[in-house]
Amino acid sequence: MTRPLLEGIALRKSYGDDDVLKGVDLKVCEGECLVMIGPSGSGKSTLLKCLNLLEPISAGRILFQGREIAHLRRHEAVAVRRRIGMVFQSFELFQHLSAEDNIALARIKVLKEESGRARELARHLLRKVHLPDKAEMYPDELSGGQQQRVAIARALAMQPALMLYDEPTSALDPETVGEVLDVMQELAEEGMTSIVVTHEMSFARRAADRVIFLDGGRIAHSGATDEFFSEAAPARVARFLGRIRA
Amino acid sequence: MSIFSPHLMLDYLFSFSFAHAALVTLWISLASLLVGMLIGLLLAAGQEVPWRIVRGAIMGYLWLFRGTPVLLQLVFAFNVLPLFHIVLPAEACAVLALGLNEGAYMTEIMRSGIRAVGSGQRTAARALGLEERQIMMWVVLPQALRIVIPPIGNQFNGMLKLSALVSVIGVQELLLTADQTASMNFRFLETLTVAGIYYLGMTTVLMVIQGLIERACQKRRGATLKASAFRLLSAANFGAVR
Repeated sequence: MTRPLLEGIALRKSYGDDDVLKGVDLKVCEGECLVMIGPSGSGKSTLLKCLNLLEPISAGRILFQGREIAHLRRHEAVAVRRRIGMVFQSFELFQHLSAEDNIALARIKVLKEESGRARELARHLLRKVHLPDKAEMYPDELSGGQQQRVAIARALAMQPALMLYDEPTSALDPETVGEVLDVMQELAEEGMTSIVVTHEMSFARRAADRVIFLDGGRIAHSGATDEFFSEAAPARVARFLGRIRA
Repeated sequence: MSIFSPHLMLDYLFSFSFAHAALVTLWISLASLLVGMLIGLLLAAGQEVPWRIVRGAIMGYLWLFRGTPVLLQLVFAFNVLPLFHIVLPAEACAVLALGLNEGAYMTEIMRSGIRAVGSGQRTAARALGLEERQIMMWVVLPQALRIVIPPIGNQFNGMLKLSALVSVIGVQELLLTADQTASMNFRFLETLTVAGIYYLGMTTVLMVIQGLIERACQKRRGATLKASAFRLLSAANFGAVR
């Protein structure tokens, strides 16, 4: 439980003159669920993208399973990404493929797996996200919550060591938020290491082991979940929590 | 002799020479369109690569072929290439010139299709560990091709008519046949009407086919249509996963 799976050390990211991340240290251990909150523009999404190498960092180090990954060559970076699943705010299911094919695609194309086996795994994962009867459906035939659960299954298909969620419920109708959060919580409870950017504080309370508060490209506050939500939180955090609860 | 002889017109309409000429028009157009699509697909994908020299070369091609008349390109292929000991039959020159010209426009169409596939789709594919080539092949292009079906239909329609130009290098297509037939008896009204009827017939059939394809793409659930036209068209993506 205590071995660090992914570690970011003094991460910096700038776009030109715009410093988005100004020295972020974070660590997630195996089996841990880390929830990241913070106002929009605080660098949460950028941080996630940096962690799975979708964006190059400007300075700092990233250790994944103890290995430096921040400055890998392109094909090595691709290999790391296969070990890290990512779920996006806007789902980004491949519109031309059925739910099943969305999930199976990477296994067939990347791992060169035989398509029958890949599909079998896809069906298994669809059951896991409680969509056993949607295999043949296309993304535009599914509700937002269903699409996001297919997207989670798609990320799981590569059997990642770590899942990153970038505001997975922000684009959803309120009534479908719960079904997605439930799946995420179940995965976390099964021991899937996760980093979750979200505004759903109820999820953070239920599922998170630790919470970090990102503000202006820095970690302004962090702690174990109980501590974090105790009244000892700094004023800035309390104000933010008050605002999103309102 | 009357101005218009329906009998003569019907004779021409069902004559071997006109039917054959219509076929020539059709195959030259189809071949040129396919060459153009292939070029367009390759160059549109090529424009996404990071190497500036490749992008520069593609820009040069677009500039050249969109900036000069296709008639000039046609005559150029027919009259200038032989100076360099490249002697091609007239039909080959026709397909070469029309295809290269079409390729320039197809590049733009394909590029807009590729751009219309949101960057989020690529990011998602990248996050799954797909390589850039695989992303283009299995995620972007299948979706882009669906988007570009209507403009490609337009291009084909245009190509059927544009192919009349190849009469200037002696390809025995509809317009040349009509012209030559009329030059023997000056029955321009009948011969040109017949050519027009053939053109209209081909463009009409084309429009119907295009409509069917578009409808098939829209309602993927419609099992029969889906199974036929749409599957065929997107063989690339379905063959891949299935």
